[in-house]
Amino acid sequence: MSSATTTRPATAAPHPEAVRAPGKRPARRPGAALWALPPVAALALVFLYPLALVVWQSFSPEDGGHSTAPYAQVLAETSFRDALVTTVGIAAGATAGAVVLGSLLALIIAFVPFPGGRAFARFIDVFLSFPSFLITLALLFLYGTVGIANGLWSDVTGAASGPFDFLHTPWGVLLAEVTYFTPFVMRPLLAAFAQLETGQLEAAASLGARPARIVRTVILPEALPQLAAGGALVLVMCLNEFGIVLFTGAKGVVTLPVLVYTKAILDGDYTGACVVAVVNIALSVALYALYRYVMARTAAGGHRRAAA
Amino acid sequence: MTAPLTAPPSGIRFDGVQVAYGDTVVLDGLDLTVEPGEFMALLGPSGSGKTTALRAVGGFVTPRRGRILIGGRDVTDLPPYRRGIGTVVQNYALFPHMKVADNVAFGLKAQKAPREEIAPRVREALEMTGMAGYADRHPRELSGGQQQRVALARALAIRPGVLLLDEPLSALDATLRSDMMGELARLHRELPDVTILYVTHDQVEALTLADRIAVMDAARLQDCGTPQELYRRPRTAFTASFVGTANLLPVTVADGGVDLAGQRLTVPTGDAVPGATATLCVRPHLVGVGAVPAADGNTLRGTLTGIQWRGATHRLTAEISGHRVLADVRELREPPALGAGIDLHFAPGDAVLVPAQLAGGADV
Repeated sequence: MSSATTTRPATAAPHPEAVRAPGKRPARRPGAALWALPPVAALALVFLYPLALVVWQSFSPEDGGHSTAPYAQVLAETSFRDALVTTVGIAAGATAGAVVLGSLLALIIAFVPFPGGRAFARFIDVFLSFPSFLITLALLFLYGTVGIANGLWSDVTGAASGPFDFLHTPWGVLLAEVTYFTPFVMRPLLAAFAQLETGQLEAAASLGARPARIVRTVILPEALPQLAAGGALVLVMCLNEFGIVLFTGAKGVVTLPVLVYTKAILDGDYTGACVVAVVNIALSVALYALYRYVMARTAAGGHRRAAA
Repeated sequence: MTAPLTAPPSGIRFDGVQVAYGDTVVLDGLDLTVEPGEFMALLGPSGSGKTTALRAVGGFVTPRRGRILIGGRDVTDLPPYRRGIGTVVQNYALFPHMKVADNVAFGLKAQKAPREEIAPRVREALEMTGMAGYADRHPRELSGGQQQRVALARALAIRPGVLLLDEPLSALDATLRSDMMGELARLHRELPDVTILYVTHDQVEALTLADRIAVMDAARLQDCGTPQELYRRPRTAFTASFVGTANLLPVTVADGGVDLAGQRLTVPTGDAVPGATATLCVRPHLVGVGAVPAADGNTLRGTLTGIQWRGATHRLTAEISGHRVLADVRELREPPALGAGIDLHFAPGDAVLVPAQLAGGADV
């Protein structure tokens, strides 16, 4: 038997204070656009003009004129297709690794009190300022053929060489990129976790939710925008990463940025380099646009559902 | 047919509970029993330990000493998710990415309730709180009062034996707070088996809603009793001043009464020893204007130092033998002038003697 009683009519009128009119912006003052001119001019000079030159050069075959022939030629090369696959594969793998590892570490730092946790959180900020090759160098000291790990192995077993020999492979590049880019996921996540209301976590726990369920159903969904932003940033940065690949010395790992370097500096094929560079830029922009589209749809979906 | 909305009645027992952070003791030796189905208010100022006591029941702080029992079961070392308690906090703490229905279903899913039971129980809890028409909304589309109702529905959906309410009305404006007090009183009537522990610093909420009030101050339990007991017969000066407004006057116990600055007043002294110092507590609304024969009461003569018009009443402030005395009287047609002499009176049975406090005078 139910003891429930309704005492108030459950009207469905939206609360006037709670519903905002999305997309409404205050009217702009006339002449305000003039303030945008200096930064736009500076941007055009230092960024858009060189970018336009690269695009223009990519349509300029060495035998003169302008055509799409350089694209047809470069896109038909096996080395380009291999570099494209390698770039996307490593970027996707490194992003997945950084998102998983970054989420775990951020959860631990934010919600599991341990001595030195604050210092560790501050170190994340410092870590973001490190150059990427530094991480690769550190990994070389650790796992290089004459690194600490192999040295210890040799000392213990008496073997002439150690078992760690992966830094010059795609796995080495992947490890270095995951190590370097994980803090880029952690930083926005830590900021999101700091905004989470403790009361929500306590209410969830008192309702019977164990920690894993709270993470899965409360914490991560609320931090999803920041997680997506961090992941998208890492994905784009991984696509364009050059220093890590160069410093691992992985000869068999040719990514698009490495291919640009090879064509421009080693082969003297500037047009081919510009074609690869344009493809690389297009890839980055397309991924960023996809990220924005998905996030906008998610937010708009939420608003539509909310307004329904 | 659905099952009853709550679990079997469960009382709460604090057994010498102490909570400390480092050297700072925030709850000291709390011994308190909340009977099954009782509405107990923990009332006190900030830092009195009331919220800590509630959080200890919820499992969000671990006592350094003592035990906490719910329904006779020692839960001191149990994690929050194994206590089966509903919690409602000041800022609602709804999950913003979930619709109202999902918020209310959260606890049922967490406790792995049978799938076919979830929808009816969510509907039942929403009907109970008058929010059935809002199941598809997100929390951001609701007003503060509506969000608090959803928070209540979410807590009630798991059919808790114990409901913890941590200043649930503090974030609401006066009108909504008044409405919600009525709703909480109704819920308590309709769910007589739910034991409610209600933390507040608002005496009106405590007096209006609670079956009993535990008054806390400085990390300790100061007093406990029904609202009427605490209001009419406070046992300490702190209770007298915190639960309602009181005139607190330093007196010396004498035969058949007390002496206030040399004037003999006839009041019940109980077990007080003649010659001992004590504090006389008289509520302002029990003080009248004008002299009365000694047989009818005690007359205090002093000077009017303040007068406030409060609509239906006037609050008069008088200085009597160096002590401030308040009187809330029905609106006066011709209020006396400030500085004029004034006689105030009260009946012997309307005064209560409490142990002496350091500072005398009225506490508003």
